[in-house]
Amino acid sequence: MTDQSSPAAKFFTAQRKHKMGVGLLTITSLITVAPIIALGIYILVLGWPAISWTFLTQMPSDGMRSGGILPAILGTIYLTIGTALFSVPPGLAAAIYLAEYASDSRWTRLIRIAMINLAGIPSVVYGLFGLGLFVLFLGFGSSILAASLTLSIMTLPVIISTAEEAMRTVPQNFRVVSISLGATRWQTIWRIILPQSLPGVLTGVILGLERAAGETAPILFTGAAFFLPRLPRSPMDPTMALPYHLFVITTQVPGMPIKIQYGTVLVLLAFVLGMNVVATIIRSRARARRQW
Amino acid sequence: MSETSPPVSSQVKFGEQIITFLIRLAGYLSILYVALICIFLLREGLPALTGVSISGLLRTTWYPIEGYFGILPLIFGSLVVTIGAILIAIPLGIGTAVFISELAPAWTKEVLKPLVEILAGIPSVVLGFVGILVLAPFLRRALNLPTGLTAFTGALLLGWAAIPTIVSVSEDALNAVPRAYREAGMALGATPWQTIWGVTFPAARSGIITAVMLGVGRVMGETMTVMMVTGNAPVIRASLGALFSPVRTMTATIASEMGEVANGSLHYEVLFMVGILLFLFSLAINVIAFLISSRRMKREERLLS
Repeated sequence: MTDQSSPAAKFFTAQRKHKMGVGLLTITSLITVAPIIALGIYILVLGWPAISWTFLTQMPSDGMRSGGILPAILGTIYLTIGTALFSVPPGLAAAIYLAEYASDSRWTRLIRIAMINLAGIPSVVYGLFGLGLFVLFLGFGSSILAASLTLSIMTLPVIISTAEEAMRTVPQNFRVVSISLGATRWQTIWRIILPQSLPGVLTGVILGLERAAGETAPILFTGAAFFLPRLPRSPMDPTMALPYHLFVITTQVPGMPIKIQYGTVLVLLAFVLGMNVVATIIRSRARARRQW
Repeated sequence: MSETSPPVSSQVKFGEQIITFLIRLAGYLSILYVALICIFLLREGLPALTGVSISGLLRTTWYPIEGYFGILPLIFGSLVVTIGAILIAIPLGIGTAVFISELAPAWTKEVLKPLVEILAGIPSVVLGFVGILVLAPFLRRALNLPTGLTAFTGALLLGWAAIPTIVSVSEDALNAVPRAYREAGMALGATPWQTIWGVTFPAARSGIITAVMLGVGRVMGETMTVMMVTGNAPVIRASLGALFSPVRTMTATIASEMGEVANGSLHYEVLFMVGILLFLFSLAINVIAFLISSRRMKREERLLS
């Protein structure tokens, strides 16, 4: 440092700049996460008084202004199960293909571009597609089946990419040893690769389904119902669902008791974030136990 | 050992062939789905062009009941909300990613990362709910606006919705920078701060650009939040005031009107047309992001070989 340097340059030494930078980024991170914590506490405090056995297990009554939200809860469970049925088997098979079979060919690259594209398509466009293909062309009508199929296509890229990543982390030695013991390729996958990558695969599946469970736009025209007096009896029936129900009671029903609104948000968040917590636990346990 | 390995029976071989075939088939499923989505969007949307000309679509009035299908106000609405949201998400998202990956002590990381993951899991309808009940009334009073349901309210919420995408992709990009780069920077006497801005950040630049692109895609495609909080007024305003007045995005238009139109009507077809546009925008964003990140990988392979 020369004596001619300006006072500002003297003040902004490299060390000071470093400290200010760290401070700045700390504040940035705080601004990012503070609303999340505030939101969580806010919803918990205002939603908790609404939670009761009646609220969770009764049909809505009085134009949804009292009673419970059972059909919405059940509907979301049905849709999540339906989505799992249509997205997990093909998703895992596709992940196995990409991790264990596919070479780095032009076709493989095309598959990856298609997956990236699928992951980026706006959720409401999935709704349009589901309406065009499942509801109208295949004639499923507005139903649990059509909504689950629509959600499953949206979930597929998440499941494929996380499952593939989990399978790729299984050490190459495991494959070599298994094949050298006389196992076939499929036996190696079934007995070695899948069990070893199971926690990672499960985490991906749960995170994918978590996203599907919270989605509203894809089910708007494919299976969600404003209000139903009875529970759905078959996969061909439309259903109420938590996210759509929340939308309805927030924007479409005048004079909605605020308590029920906050209670519904709390149940939806608990459902979705509960899945997130399960995924996190599986992942951290597997990491602690892993021997390679 | 007297035992030899059991010979693979023909039955096992046959079963395995079937399984392999199914797995191969599943591998190509993504391509099939993208093709199906293209086909069905076009099938339902293209007939719109027989009822309304392209110049009719490029008008500034969206009033379907009277037969005005100008989609410019909808594109404008999406643009205003997306730009606003991304301007909020870029500094917060990238700043948080740099902090997590380069500076934060271990325990802070353990707190920050799950919180960002939780944010990613919050359904968009919940953000909309909070927007309507808390943020909009607050902004109306704080900024003295006629209504709190504005593009700005949507942009604020969507800024947060885009943060998880930007943080996780940027963080991956920063983590992919070899340790040796940082060590070389420090060895030359740079402070950690100088190393970050002089070495690590530039090295991760293309990954961070990809992160921002994916964030843009996330915001543009967001439906429920914008439908609930942006006031749904399809108008174009050429001033900065547009940010603080109600707008209507492409996604919100589809979501709020599709439920009320007759299947096969012109209005129905035009809504699919808007869907085709959204599809093309997201396709462009994602392919560009993919090309940026794959080009970087190729360059790195050259550098390290």
